[in-house]
Amino acid sequence: MFKRISKALLAVVGFGFTSMSLTVNAATPAEPLWPTLKTVYFGDRSIREDATDLLTIEAPKRAEDAAIVPISIKSLVPQSSDKYIKNIHIIVDNNPEPYSANFRLSPELGLVDISTRMRVDQYTFVRAIAEMNDDSLHMVSRFVKASGGCSAPAGKDAAAALARLGKMQIRMRKPTIGEPTQAQVIVSHPNYNGLQFDQKSRLYIAAHYIKNIDVSYNGTALINVDTGISVSEDPSLRFTFTPSEAGKLKAIVTDSKEQKFTHEKQI
Amino acid sequence: MNKPILPLIACSFLLFATTACNANNYPVKEVSSGIFYHQGVHEDPLESNMGAIANVGFIIGEQCVAVIDSGGSYLEGEYLRKAVKKQTDLPICYVINTHAHPDHIFGNAAFKQDNPDFIGHEKLPAAMVARKDFFAKTFKEILGKAFPGTEFIPPNITVSIDSPLTIDLGNRLLTLTAYSTSHTDHDLTVLDNNTNTLWTGDLLFMERIPALDGSINGWITTMEKLQQIPFSAVIPGHGEASTDKWQQGLVAQLHYFRLIRDEIRVIINDMGTIEQASKQVGLDEENNWELFQDYHRRNITASFVQLEWE
Repeated sequence: MFKRISKALLAVVGFGFTSMSLTVNAATPAEPLWPTLKTVYFGDRSIREDATDLLTIEAPKRAEDAAIVPISIKSLVPQSSDKYIKNIHIIVDNNPEPYSANFRLSPELGLVDISTRMRVDQYTFVRAIAEMNDDSLHMVSRFVKASGGCSAPAGKDAAAALARLGKMQIRMRKPTIGEPTQAQVIVSHPNYNGLQFDQKSRLYIAAHYIKNIDVSYNGTALINVDTGISVSEDPSLRFTFTPSEAGKLKAIVTDSKEQKFTHEKQI
Repeated sequence: MNKPILPLIACSFLLFATTACNANNYPVKEVSSGIFYHQGVHEDPLESNMGAIANVGFIIGEQCVAVIDSGGSYLEGEYLRKAVKKQTDLPICYVINTHAHPDHIFGNAAFKQDNPDFIGHEKLPAAMVARKDFFAKTFKEILGKAFPGTEFIPPNITVSIDSPLTIDLGNRLLTLTAYSTSHTDHDLTVLDNNTNTLWTGDLLFMERIPALDGSINGWITTMEKLQQIPFSAVIPGHGEASTDKWQQGLVAQLHYFRLIRDEIRVIINDMGTIEQASKQVGLDEENNWELFQDYHRRNITASFVQLEWE
């Protein structure tokens, strides 16, 4: 799904840029892209905008570090088996690949409270679109200003990230059964977006990134997220869940070379 | 027909006059015998300051000149080149880049006509390529008229970590040292052996808040090592060069990074977030640094994601 969308997007956005360059100030490409992106990703489905009664999105006003921009999404309505958010799509309009993540969420989560870290290299809207179990779409968005100075979306120490590739952590405070618990899954990975250069071979390093993170508790899916090159190096996923009984929190991470990394934590 | 041309002539004349005026306003200061630097302003890069925010300069030997960091724009590179020519007729044999940030490399193209060797850290070429598109796009807007002519010229000679390179300017040996990840993953320093003067690049910021684009732990270790060496004079990447103030500068910078490291570690251990750390950590340091608001939160963000892996 991810690949298919990217190809379609290249065609449409490519055309979009050409036609827009005639009329739109280059400094503010932000707003005009959305109608095109909406069509590419959601066809003619209608999206309710400013759905602030359903969910909130938090992002810094300015991307302090272009390589690491924390984004948090919370739902204001608890997940229940008859009404729940089944997907949250993250779109970063002006990134090289705007469709940045697709969180598949279980009604078991109780509460949606997720955050991750993105690369944001220019002024852009960051959008979270919630897809409910009745297929309706609801959007919230934030505008993020680019960072100043010498901050680039490039990694700071690719060698270090590569050296610990695949190392994982599941972090949390001591959980209480039956209480909402915050957990974080981090995996060390350079998440190469295809713009990095290998000095020795004098070639660009092919994109090599985490494409999926799957989190389950006692075998029941909690969150399954498709990710891509908009996600920061060393991808991080924070979420809240409520362990109803003792058990095992398990994360399986798959990268674009089909390498799998697994980590679990007994609760 | 003539009417529209008149203002054009006046304008270009004015432009020329302004340029000439700026050239005179590009002072260089002699730190040690034959070592000159232009001190950058503590501002973000702008068209009005032509990106001249970093310390850049040159060392004159008996046969050759080495330029150390070329300026924050093609225009600054031109001014720096003029400043060299004012001091000496000797050829510019080397342009040394201490790292890939725009304020240190954007003047490279102004020295192409001298056909120098460009020298940098072994990881400088990769760092330039990784940032090139982003910097070109961003700084073209930021720098306006100062930008045209700017090129990313990678080094043709590189220095490996743990294997310093010595170059001779004619009875004047310079030792170029490449570091493991500190301010960036490709920092290079230049030591003038005759005067024991160290050019730190951005391993040392004085007055202006340091900006982390490498490794907080690595940078702290590098600073601790530099502290042990009794240099006679030090030219920091930003702020005033001195014989006697740089030790204090290193202490202040070390203090800043150790403080934020300690406070971030506490937050990480309690499952805190980057946002939380940005709001809480190191706020007492605000009055100690210029441009604190512009770079402090970024330092927190960059440090946080590294310290998660300790």
